[in-house]
Amino acid sequence: MTTLIQIEDLSVGYSPDNVILKNINLTVKKGDYIGIIGPNGGGKTTLLRAILGLLTPQSGHIHYHFTGNRSAKAQMGYMPQQRQIDPNFPITVRDLILGGFCEASQVGKRLCSEQKRQATKLMEQLGILPIQNQCIGELSGGQQQRTFLARALVNSPTVLLLDEPDTFVDSGFVQSFYDLLDQLNRELTILLVSHDLGMIAPHIKSVACINGDLHFHDNGEITQEILDSYACPIQLISHGPVAHRVLRDHDQVKDIQSP
Amino acid sequence: MTDLFHYPFFVNAFIAALLSSISCGILGSYIVSRRLVFISGGISHASFGGVGIAYFLGLPPILGATAFSVITSVGIHHFSRKHRLREDSLIGIFWSLGMAVGIIFIFLTPGYAVNLNAYLFGDILTVSTTELWLLGALAITVLIFFILLFKEIQLIAFDEVYARSRGLAVDLFSITLLVLISLTIVFNIRTVGIILVMSLLTLPQVTANLFCKRFSAMTFWAVVIAIVDTLLGLFISFQLSIPSGASIIFCAASIYVLCASIIWIKKKRNAPAI
Repeated sequence: MTTLIQIEDLSVGYSPDNVILKNINLTVKKGDYIGIIGPNGGGKTTLLRAILGLLTPQSGHIHYHFTGNRSAKAQMGYMPQQRQIDPNFPITVRDLILGGFCEASQVGKRLCSEQKRQATKLMEQLGILPIQNQCIGELSGGQQQRTFLARALVNSPTVLLLDEPDTFVDSGFVQSFYDLLDQLNRELTILLVSHDLGMIAPHIKSVACINGDLHFHDNGEITQEILDSYACPIQLISHGPVAHRVLRDHDQVKDIQSP
Repeated sequence: MTDLFHYPFFVNAFIAALLSSISCGILGSYIVSRRLVFISGGISHASFGGVGIAYFLGLPPILGATAFSVITSVGIHHFSRKHRLREDSLIGIFWSLGMAVGIIFIFLTPGYAVNLNAYLFGDILTVSTTELWLLGALAITVLIFFILLFKEIQLIAFDEVYARSRGLAVDLFSITLLVLISLTIVFNIRTVGIILVMSLLTLPQVTANLFCKRFSAMTFWAVVIAIVDTLLGLFISFQLSIPSGASIIFCAASIYVLCASIIWIKKKRNAPAI
């Protein structure tokens, strides 16, 4: 399968003494659906920001193998964490989504009617057309989530990068959101940062565990190794509508295995 | 009331109020939405250092004030972003240092008593024709900048990280806007003064924000409300012979409280009875 993004020996941090990710390697192929998991402060968001070009690598490289004339940044659809948004900002759902058309090569250019039509079509698909003139602060968590997803999708990206998209959303909405991502994955490559391994496990195709370093697991199954590198207590993992299993806290798991 | 327009100084004040409202109204929307109100306070107070040094050196005060306010705005942006210093602490430092430098140099200037009140509280009735040209040029620059780059400015104000991910030159935009804010503050010192200029960059915008759902609507209505605030304040100051700057800000605050009350009462009435 075609390689889209290749990360080689990448080290990233916010200063020379504060290196968050050390010598990581990752290959993102067309059609991938990678769940990026790990403890808080492990570097999940940092990896996403490095891929998006928001952080300069301290060493190593990120190669983009996108086709077409558009720049790599223009071809990546990003859905940031919603907690960094000001809910009092005067912006409607429609204006927020149209913001997805902004890119370096289009500065100062007016939006064309085709772009506006595309936004309308996408809002219809995501079921948010009736609320297009509502202010962002008036929306429920689920509606906000779909609005930010629409902004990430509106400019027809090749890769979709989502940073903890299920924060502040009711569990009912979360399920339908991940079903929606499954559909999108038929056409799109997805990188998904989540703290909730249980929720994303049934959907993702592969797992990247991040805790300073990166371990890649080719299939979506959760192994003991993943749980060890996850370094967080996990109470419940649900596979599909019926089967689920209960795991003990990590310390206990390690104690049982150690002899 | 039309008699007032026979006085050239009143006509100048009237035009100054209109031009100030355009630049303050537009930039204030960005300031309020991006939570830059206290940076603006820091910039305006720090500019007093430039006024003092300019007096000491015998230069035009507006030159010193411009230099100080631009250095302050770019300095706060640079140190908080690149050196990860706390932004509010930096604002406090620039704010008080600027005032201290201003007072020291005015004190050291021999044989000349500066009318401090005119700088601290403004006096729109003494605006000169040169200052009107400066205000006009600034209003046109701000207007063109916002019309051409509105969607980018809106995105950066709302979601800076996302704007960066789209490849926008966020730092260049932010610094350009901070320089425009600095110039707006300095050119408006004559109308409302160093201490009160912050209000003209905040009150019309929060009033507009009460009933506007879109950033574009908020920006437009902030200009309209700023025009109402400044003209009403100007007439009242003239009629009652009270300082113009304080009168304008008092009108702006009263209009905000009035609008907020009307909206609050309407909401109460529309809310279903329990």
